[in-house]
Amino acid sequence: MFKVKVLVKRRPSILDPQGMAVEKGAKHLGFNNIKDTRIGKYVEFTVDAGEKKSAEKEVKEYCDKLLINPNLEDYEFTLEEIA
Amino acid sequence: MKPKFGVVVFPGSNCDHDAYYALKKVIGVDVNFLWHKDTDLKNSDIIILPGGFSYGDYLRTGAIARFSPIMNSVINFSQKGGKIIGICNGFQILLEAKLLPGVLLKNKSLQFVCKDVYLSIENNDSFFTKGLDKNKFYKIPVAHGEGNYFADEVTLKSLVENDQIVFKYSSSDGKIDEESNPNGSLMNIAGIINKEGNVLGLMPHPERSCNPVLGKNDGNLILTAIVNNFMN
Repeated sequence: MFKVKVLVKRRPSILDPQGMAVEKGAKHLGFNNIKDTRIGKYVEFTVDAGEKKSAEKEVKEYCDKLLINPNLEDYEFTLEEIA
Repeated sequence: MKPKFGVVVFPGSNCDHDAYYALKKVIGVDVNFLWHKDTDLKNSDIIILPGGFSYGDYLRTGAIARFSPIMNSVINFSQKGGKIIGICNGFQILLEAKLLPGVLLKNKSLQFVCKDVYLSIENNDSFFTKGLDKNKFYKIPVAHGEGNYFADEVTLKSLVENDQIVFKYSSSDGKIDEESNPNGSLMNIAGIINKEGNVLGLMPHPERSCNPVLGKNDGNLILTAIVNNFMN
């Protein structure tokens, strides 16, 4: 069994209106050093697989098929074996 | 023969009944609801994926609906040349299903936009738009938070070259500019078709402007053109 943590990021070429709006809030609060805000997603789950390799393959397929939209997002993930 | 329509009902669809009413009661064609868990398209000639918030818009708009059992049938249907129309959330589902290229991002204003817009007909030679007037600007409502059409340069270029952009947002007198763009869409894009011309996605809601009693009827003209094109 593996614990999986997936980080979904908006592609650099895609405008992030949400990040821009949040950064406006930062400016209002006086955080003038905050720049380049980009908002992504974090997804965690477990995979019931014996081997790390097969778990990785399944996670990759799952990400490509459902969790991310390649037109819009990039992702990276980590696997950690749990009891 | 008049076409038979099928309107797919996803959990969270909320324009399914509007589409049904407009087609059945106003335009007078046969319509069936198609449940998302079914796979039978009930011999429909034209499938409508209606507006709404399928699966609560969780993960990404349209991302989960795209894997409903009915969508396998819809994808097969499209590959055989079957006619499909995705309106608003239905457009988002067609993009997730890769039946149309590109994505719909959050509106540039970050606000949900609910108002009447005008559409300019950019291509009136497609199955869905033949018979529409390029010199008329159709008043149709939009209601969405994520209608900001985006595609990479290569995709956009091929959309233009293949005449796939069928509707653009314009002013009431046909100006296509930033002011008439409700959501920040590239090139004011409001609706596109696939290369083969049998799949249409659009953000505005023709089914909500089909009855003069409600103050607008231009959606009726668009849906009626589709019915006529099927019969010819």
